[in-house]
Amino acid sequence: MAVTKTANNFELDNSGRRVVVDPVTRIEGHMRCEVNVDENNVIRNAVSTGTMWRGLEVILKGRDPRDAWAFVERICGVCTGCHALASVCAVEDALGIEIPYNAFLIREMMARTLQIHDHIVHFYHLHALDWVNPINALKADPVATSELQKAVSPRHAKSSPGYFKDIQTRIKKFVESGQLGIFKNGYWDNPAYKLPPEADLMAVTHYLEALDFQKEVVKIHTVFGGRNPHPNYLVGGMPCAINMDDDMSAGAPLNMERLNFVLARIQEAQEFVKNVYLPDVIAIASLYKDWMYGGGIAGQAVMDYGAYPLAPGDKSTDQLPGGAIINGNWNEVHPVDPRDPEQIQEFVAHSWYSYPDETKGLHPWDGITDPNFDLGNAKGTKTHIEAVDENAKYSWIKSPRWRGHAVEVGPLARYILGYVQGVEYMKEQLDSSLARFNQLAGTDITDLKKFLPSTIGRTLARALEAEHCADMMHDDWQRLIKNIKNGDLATANMDKWDPSTWPKEAKGVGLVAAPRGSLGHWIVIKDGKIENYQAVVPTTWNGSPRDPMGNIGAYEASLLNTPMERPDEPVEILRTLHSFDPCLACSTHVMSEDGEDLAKVTVR
Amino acid sequence: MAIETFYEVMRRQGITRRSFLKYCSLTAAALGLGPAYANKIAHAMETKPRIPVIWLHGLECTCCSESFIRSAHPLVKDVVLSMISLDYNDLLMASAGHQAEAILEEVKEKYKGNYILAVEGNPPLNEDGMYCIVGGKPFTHQLEMMAEDAKAIISWGSCAAWGCVQAAKPNPTQAVPVHKFLGSGYDKPIIKVPGCPPIAEVMTAVITYMLTFDRVPELDNQGRPKMFYSQRIHDKCYRRPHFDAGQFVEKFDDEGARKGYCLYKVGCKGPTSYNACSTIRWNEGVSFPIQAGHGCIGCSEDGFWDKDSFYSRDAELNAFGIEANADKIGKTAAGVVGAAIAAHAAASAIKAAAKKGDE
Repeated sequence: MAVTKTANNFELDNSGRRVVVDPVTRIEGHMRCEVNVDENNVIRNAVSTGTMWRGLEVILKGRDPRDAWAFVERICGVCTGCHALASVCAVEDALGIEIPYNAFLIREMMARTLQIHDHIVHFYHLHALDWVNPINALKADPVATSELQKAVSPRHAKSSPGYFKDIQTRIKKFVESGQLGIFKNGYWDNPAYKLPPEADLMAVTHYLEALDFQKEVVKIHTVFGGRNPHPNYLVGGMPCAINMDDDMSAGAPLNMERLNFVLARIQEAQEFVKNVYLPDVIAIASLYKDWMYGGGIAGQAVMDYGAYPLAPGDKSTDQLPGGAIINGNWNEVHPVDPRDPEQIQEFVAHSWYSYPDETKGLHPWDGITDPNFDLGNAKGTKTHIEAVDENAKYSWIKSPRWRGHAVEVGPLARYILGYVQGVEYMKEQLDSSLARFNQLAGTDITDLKKFLPSTIGRTLARALEAEHCADMMHDDWQRLIKNIKNGDLATANMDKWDPSTWPKEAKGVGLVAAPRGSLGHWIVIKDGKIENYQAVVPTTWNGSPRDPMGNIGAYEASLLNTPMERPDEPVEILRTLHSFDPCLACSTHVMSEDGEDLAKVTVR
Repeated sequence: MAIETFYEVMRRQGITRRSFLKYCSLTAAALGLGPAYANKIAHAMETKPRIPVIWLHGLECTCCSESFIRSAHPLVKDVVLSMISLDYNDLLMASAGHQAEAILEEVKEKYKGNYILAVEGNPPLNEDGMYCIVGGKPFTHQLEMMAEDAKAIISWGSCAAWGCVQAAKPNPTQAVPVHKFLGSGYDKPIIKVPGCPPIAEVMTAVITYMLTFDRVPELDNQGRPKMFYSQRIHDKCYRRPHFDAGQFVEKFDDEGARKGYCLYKVGCKGPTSYNACSTIRWNEGVSFPIQAGHGCIGCSEDGFWDKDSFYSRDAELNAFGIEANADKIGKTAAGVVGAAIAAHAAASAIKAAAKKGDE
C-alpha cells in the first residue's frame, strides 16, 4: 500500500518510516500507537491499539442487577462513579423505577464533581507535560512570573514573587538531586516545547496546586458516596439518607453540616476552575497559537446523548443538549436514539474479536464478544509485537459507529453541539474565551469552526465544561436545599427493590455524560438476574480501530498531517492523544454473548 | 552527584528545622507511635536518599493511583518530590514508549536490590499474557523482570493482592494476584495493601513507615500490614452501638437509615472486613461508606465479588478468602465470629421487636 483514501476522506500513506509508541503513558490503562512519517517527519498514517482487556460484562452475567453498579464502577477508577451511575440508570430504566428528586440532584452533583476533578487532573497531571517544560522553569525570573500570573489571572491570590521563588527552588533542588522521578527521560530539550520560562514556572506551580486541590473537590463524593475513588450508589436512589432536624441528625449521612461542607467544596471548585484552570488553558494555548493541529474528525462528525436535564427525564431540558453532526454540516443536528438497533452498532473487523459476519455491526443489546487474538501479518511474534498490521485485527477496542459514521465524542463534541444548538451559557463561554485567546495571541480568529476542531480546542472545551459543571453544581445544591425546605426528604424509592416485583424480562439503557464523552450501558434482565450487559464507552468511540466500511476513528484521524520535531520523541503524538484523555480500561473490557461460557475461551 | 536526603530537600525548599521536627512528630502520631519515635524519624529523614519506586500497572482500573494522589498527610506532592523517587508510574511519568521502558532497565541495574516495586493491578495468564500488553510484550514479562531485583514488593489494592474484579468468576483472562504469579519461591517480602482502592493515607503511611524504619511493616498471616488491617470495620464503627442495641436499617431511606442505625441487615460486610475505614476514614477523614449510608461491600477481602449480593446479610459465613495457604485457624475463627454475629443480629432484632411490642 502507498496512498489510500478512507471512507471518511482522509489520506493514508504508510510508506514512510514507522514509529512506535508503547506504552502511551499519562493515560488510564494500556495503549499503543504507531505512525508512519514522511521524509519531512509529517505523520501520514496512524494506528491506535488498545492493549488490555478484562472481560467485565461476562463476569456480570447471572448476577443481581442491584449489584452491577459496583462491578462496572471498577471499569475505571479515574472516571470513578460514571459507570456506576450509568448502571443504576440502566437498571432503573429496565424496571421502570423513578428515583426521588433529591437523589437525582445528588447524583447530578456527584457527576459534576467527577467532571471537574477529572478534567483538572487530566489537564495538569496527564496533559500539561506535553506543553510545559519543568526543567525550563528553572530559568524563570520569579518577579516576571508573578507579573505574568497577575496578567493571566488577576483574581488568583497565590501570585507573589516569593511564592514562585520557593517553588522554583524546590524544583531546582529536585532536579539537582539527580533523581528526576516522574520527569525522568522526558523530552526537555525538544524544540516542540515553546513556552517562555515564566509560563513554565507558573504552570508547574499550578501542577502542584492542582494536586492539592483535586483531593478537596472529591470530598463531595465522600459525603454522598462514602469515599473516593469508587463512591457508593444505589438502585432506586441514593443511600445517603437526609435528616435535618430530627433525633440523631448528627449521625445521619446528610444534615446541615454535611451540606454546608459540600457547598464549601463547590465554591472552591468554582474559584479554582475560573481563576486557575481556565486562565491557564487559554494562556498556554495562546503561546502555542501556531500549533493548530489535531482536529481529526471533530469538525466533521460528533455525537453525544445529551445530559444534565433541568427536569429529570425530560431530554428537552438538557443543559448539555445531545445529537449527532455528520459530514461537517453544523447546520443540522440529528436526533440520537440509543434504543434504535440501526443507530449505534459496534464492529470488530479490526478488533481482536470474532463475529459470524464481520461486515456488519451489532447493537449493544445484541452484542457478541468472542475474543480472537489474531495478529494477521504483524511484525514480530505473538508475545513480542514490533509493528501491528492495520489491515488485519489490531486492537482490543471495538469500533462503535453511529449510523455507520465514525464520530468523535467528549467535551469538544458537546461544546460543538451546544454551540450550534444555541445554548447561551456555552456560547458565551466560547465567545469570551476565543476573544481572550485572540487578545493574548494577537490573532484575529472569528470562525469557531476553524478554531475548535483542534488539539487545543479539545483541551479548551474540557476546561469550559469544568466551569459549566461547577456553576451547574452550585445550582443543584440550591435546588436540593429548596426541595428539602419544601419538606421532601426522600433519597430512595424502594418500591421495586424486591426482585419478585420485577417483570420476567426487561431491557434498559443508562446514559451519562462521562468526562471523556458519551457513555451508555445496556442491560437485559431475565428472571431477576443479568442476562446481558454491554457498555459502550467514550474511549471506544474515539480510540476505535478502522471499520469494514473503511472509516478511521477519531484518534487516528487526529494525528494525521501533524509535523514532528523529532520522530523518536513522541511529544506531538502524546499532545494530541492526550487531548482526548484516553481511558483504556474503560474501552476494552467489553464482552458478552448470551449463554456463552467465556471461561473456556482461552489460549488460541 | 550525591543523592540528596529528604531532610535536605525539605530544608532547601524553605522549611525550617522546627517545622521539620514538627512534621516528624506528626508522622509519628499518625503511625500510632510514641513521641520518642519522632527523633528516630527525624534521623532517618536526615540521612536517607530518596528510594526509587517503580510502580507498574497490570489489569486494573487505576483507582489505586487515583487514591494515592488524594493523600493529605503526607501530601502526595511531598511524597513524590521529597520522599521517594517515583521513577516509573505510567499514569504520571513524562516519558513514553522506549524512553519510558529504558527507565526500567536502568533502575533494575543501578539500584539492584534497592528499589521498591509497587504493583497496581495484576497479570492475566490466558492468551500467553497478551490480554495486557506493554511495549509489545505481555505485562507478565515486565512484572517478572522488575520483581527479580526489587528490595520488596507492595501489592497495591485488591487486584494485586487478591485478583479483584477481573478475577471474579469466571475470570475470563485468568488474572492472578502478584504473589501467586511469582510463586512460593519468590524470596522478597510482598506487602499486600488491599482495598478497592486502599485508603490514600494508608498507602502513604505504608511507604512512610518503610522509609522511616527501613523495614517492612509487621504483616499478618495473609501478608497485610497489621497496623491497618488487624481490625474489622465493625470493631470501631460509630454505628456499633446501634448494632448492639438491635437498631437496624430495614431498608434504605427508612427511619433507621435517617437516624444512622446499623446497616447490617441491608448487607453491610463491616463485621467481616479487615480494613481501617471506620478509624482512619476516607479522604482526610471526611467520611466512610457506612457514614454515608451504604453498607461496607468488603472490598479489601479476598474474593469479595463472589460472596453473594452486597445487600445480602448471609455472606459473611464464607467471608474469608480461598487462599490455599491461608491460615486455617484464622478461617475457622472468622467463620465462628460470622455465625455469632448472624445469631446476635437475629437475637437483637427479636429483642427490638419485643421492646416495640411493650411500648
